[in-house]
Amino acid sequence: MTASDPILVADNLTIRHGQLTAVHDVSLSIAGGELLAVVGANGAGKSTLLRTLAGLHKPAAGTITLAGEDITHLSTDRRVRRGLSLVPEGRRLFLSMTVEENLKVGSANGRPGNWTPDRVFELFPWMRARYTEQTAHLSGGEQQVVAIGRALVANPRVLLLDEISLGLAPVVVKRIYETLPALLGTDMAVLVVEQDVAQALRVAGRFQCLLEGRTTLEGKPSDYTANQVEAAYFGFGSAVAT
Amino acid sequence: MIWINAIVQGLMLGGLFALFACGLSLLFGVIGVINLAHGDFAILGAYVAVALLPSIHTNALWALLFVPPIFALFGYGAQRTVLQRSLDTGPLTTLLVTFGLSVVIQNALLEGFSADSHSLSIGALTTNAFHPANGVVVPYLRLGILLAAVAVLGSVQLLLRRTSVGRQIRAVADDAEAASIAGVSTRHITGIAAGIAFATVALAGLAFGMYAQFAPTTGSTWLLYAFEAVIVGGLGSLWGTLAGGCVLGLAQTIGEQIAPTAGALAVQLVFLAMLAVRPNGLLPARAAV
Amino acid sequence: MSEALAAPAAALPKPTIRRSTRTSRLSLVGLAVVSVILAVLPFGAGQGTTNLLVDFFILMTLGVTWNMLAGYAGLVSVGQQAYIGLGAYGVLWLAQHGVEPFIALPIGAVFCAVASAPISWLVFRLRGGYFAIGTWAVADVLFLLTIRDSSLGGGTGTNVPGLNGFDPTVLGAYTYWAALVIAIIALLGGYLLLRSRVGLALTAVRDNEGAARAVGVRVDGAKRVVYFAAALGAGAAGGLIAISQLNVQAQNVYGVQWSAYMIFVVLIGGIGTLEGPIVGTIVFFVLQRTLADYGGWYLIIVGSLAVVMAMFMRQGLWGIAARFGIKLFPVGYNVMTTPDRATHGVDRALPPSGSVSGSQESGTAP
Repeated sequence: MTASDPILVADNLTIRHGQLTAVHDVSLSIAGGELLAVVGANGAGKSTLLRTLAGLHKPAAGTITLAGEDITHLSTDRRVRRGLSLVPEGRRLFLSMTVEENLKVGSANGRPGNWTPDRVFELFPWMRARYTEQTAHLSGGEQQVVAIGRALVANPRVLLLDEISLGLAPVVVKRIYETLPALLGTDMAVLVVEQDVAQALRVAGRFQCLLEGRTTLEGKPSDYTANQVEAAYFGFGSAVAT
Repeated sequence: MIWINAIVQGLMLGGLFALFACGLSLLFGVIGVINLAHGDFAILGAYVAVALLPSIHTNALWALLFVPPIFALFGYGAQRTVLQRSLDTGPLTTLLVTFGLSVVIQNALLEGFSADSHSLSIGALTTNAFHPANGVVVPYLRLGILLAAVAVLGSVQLLLRRTSVGRQIRAVADDAEAASIAGVSTRHITGIAAGIAFATVALAGLAFGMYAQFAPTTGSTWLLYAFEAVIVGGLGSLWGTLAGGCVLGLAQTIGEQIAPTAGALAVQLVFLAMLAVRPNGLLPARAAV
Repeated sequence: MSEALAAPAAALPKPTIRRSTRTSRLSLVGLAVVSVILAVLPFGAGQGTTNLLVDFFILMTLGVTWNMLAGYAGLVSVGQQAYIGLGAYGVLWLAQHGVEPFIALPIGAVFCAVASAPISWLVFRLRGGYFAIGTWAVADVLFLLTIRDSSLGGGTGTNVPGLNGFDPTVLGAYTYWAALVIAIIALLGGYLLLRSRVGLALTAVRDNEGAARAVGVRVDGAKRVVYFAAALGAGAAGGLIAISQLNVQAQNVYGVQWSAYMIFVVLIGGIGTLEGPIVGTIVFFVLQRTLADYGGWYLIIVGSLAVVMAMFMRQGLWGIAARFGIKLFPVGYNVMTTPDRATHGVDRALPPSGSVSGSQESGTAP
């Protein structure tokens, strides 16, 4: 498998929430070393899509393939072992535990590899000093970073980031996003779901825009104007396929 | 001296309460199961010993070797089948299911063993004691139970704090979905937690069986004491459970000193008083209110 | 999307709101007929039948009230026997002081309801399983306090004075009618409560307590009302037990087995429905009679049945029937666009498919 072969492929996924169809027939693919941004407004289906990729929802139709293996019906924890890690919306740290313990839980069931806590400290130096502090005492931005660290120490091949900008100050978000490209050098595939389109497109190699569960635009950020992306995001005019 | 003796006896009794409460604390703190059949499972452990001991040895201390592992396996299985299913349906269900199980176990034991009392014989150890001071009697068995309670609670605490499995158990207790996102096999881990909890339940039942007579309905009373120890001590804290157990044990023995047969009443009154005054318990890690 | 809005609103028929359906109107008539038959029963049937029905009515009353507590208010109590005991001992004490037992019965029940106020202050500090334990502890305290009093019979029990003067058949009939009246009051009371504003609040709590609080429902007030009513009902049941058994024994009236029976009756019949406890009591009695020869086995079977139903069939036997739209008690609202054919019902007798909310459930995610 060459570096440009897609490592994660989602084919024609349709996902339902009870009677509501959240995602209609959406496909995506991502290769190692790529950063794909999935953008869209609230309720567009982005988080549902990501959670399904991680195994927290079962799709009504379609398949998910990781490195050639069909993982559509695999449980979430097993996907981590295969190399698919999610940084969930809302951080979701183990608040009664310290930074160290959170990372240790993250690495307990992961793959062998280079991502040790030390390597995480290289990316986020402040963490070293606060390693034994309870995560409940950290700020939102710090918790977000620990959540990313927890996913990294499992040595994923594909890292999924769900709305990491939510609830954080723009300056903090900017700093976190600046660290993401460093992950790509290790042949990791990074899939970012974001409401903050500008921030996401600044770092993404490719992007896909969702509206009401359907793909309205996809390609490289440099291929489109801001207006075109905005139209696809909100669903104005001819950019929308109904 | 009578009062010193009462205090000493109360602390030792507290050890037994705490041993009973340990499994309950684990089951609720980690898995979220309120097990109303807890006391009955403990007594079931004692009955399993009654059934199996004749083929092994007359001294019931041997039961400590084989009954807890049986219960650990049973607990793992029960968690992954019945209990998990009840939890998925809703918290009301676990209460109802475990209450139903309690009735089933009690009546099954009545059918199997009749309403007669049994006890587990440990030979001379049952009554041997030493006298550290005039009027203070410390039976080896009771002291042993207190030490066992401390050892069990301490080991479980150590397991939770220092081992990978323990960390994963705490992770599941904090946020089960986040744990599975982080790669933890939550069903397996909760199974292990249940296995540990049930092993402690078996120990508690065996300890009780050596200490006093038991009958199929004994479990209900001890369920109440176990829960009260957890509430008085504070939810989510194992050492709190030990403290809670000791408070109740002291209530029992001091109550008995004040008026004979008032011991059980004193325990309930102390519990209700704590509930009125300090509902979160002595050393709470989480709130019950 | 815009096309639908442009359509003239006059095309939709004007809806009417009815409180009952044809089935429920029919069944109310049926219930009235049954009540009349039951009322005249002592004139035709023997003592065996009326005694059996007394036990039936006692259990039904307990089931109906426990269902209100747990199925609607989310208060899973395993301590209702506190009020059964208080009610029984209330009758005993009053009878010992010269009050006619049948007069003492309602007095005792009211006393239990009054006692529930301070007790609720205490136990409402707890939630979920810990609330259950708290209620049990209260029952235990009352038991332990009562057995210290030898004038009340201590641990061994004593007879209820004032009942010897009656002719046995007459006493049996009076007891029967008292039981029938209490059961009818319990059912009617539950029905009226559910039809009232408190009932609407309770149904909201039953479906999703968090959401109910969020929209301003007075959840705590509604719970206290239900707890009060349940204490009243259990107290009445306790008084009935004292009169029908002619004897009050602490282990019996304060025993947790009453909670077991209540819970089983409600689980098997269907929690969160008014009709459920009736069905549950019938099944329980049938099982008890048919399995009587097997001793403790009937409890093992009933218990296992309850466990299975709790896990797999939460809506109970009545809940299954209710899926077909059968309702006995018209407590819901039906929106109808054509006469007598409901197109959309807000049904207070039927819990939503899936889980029934307990007091700490935070609502099911889609």
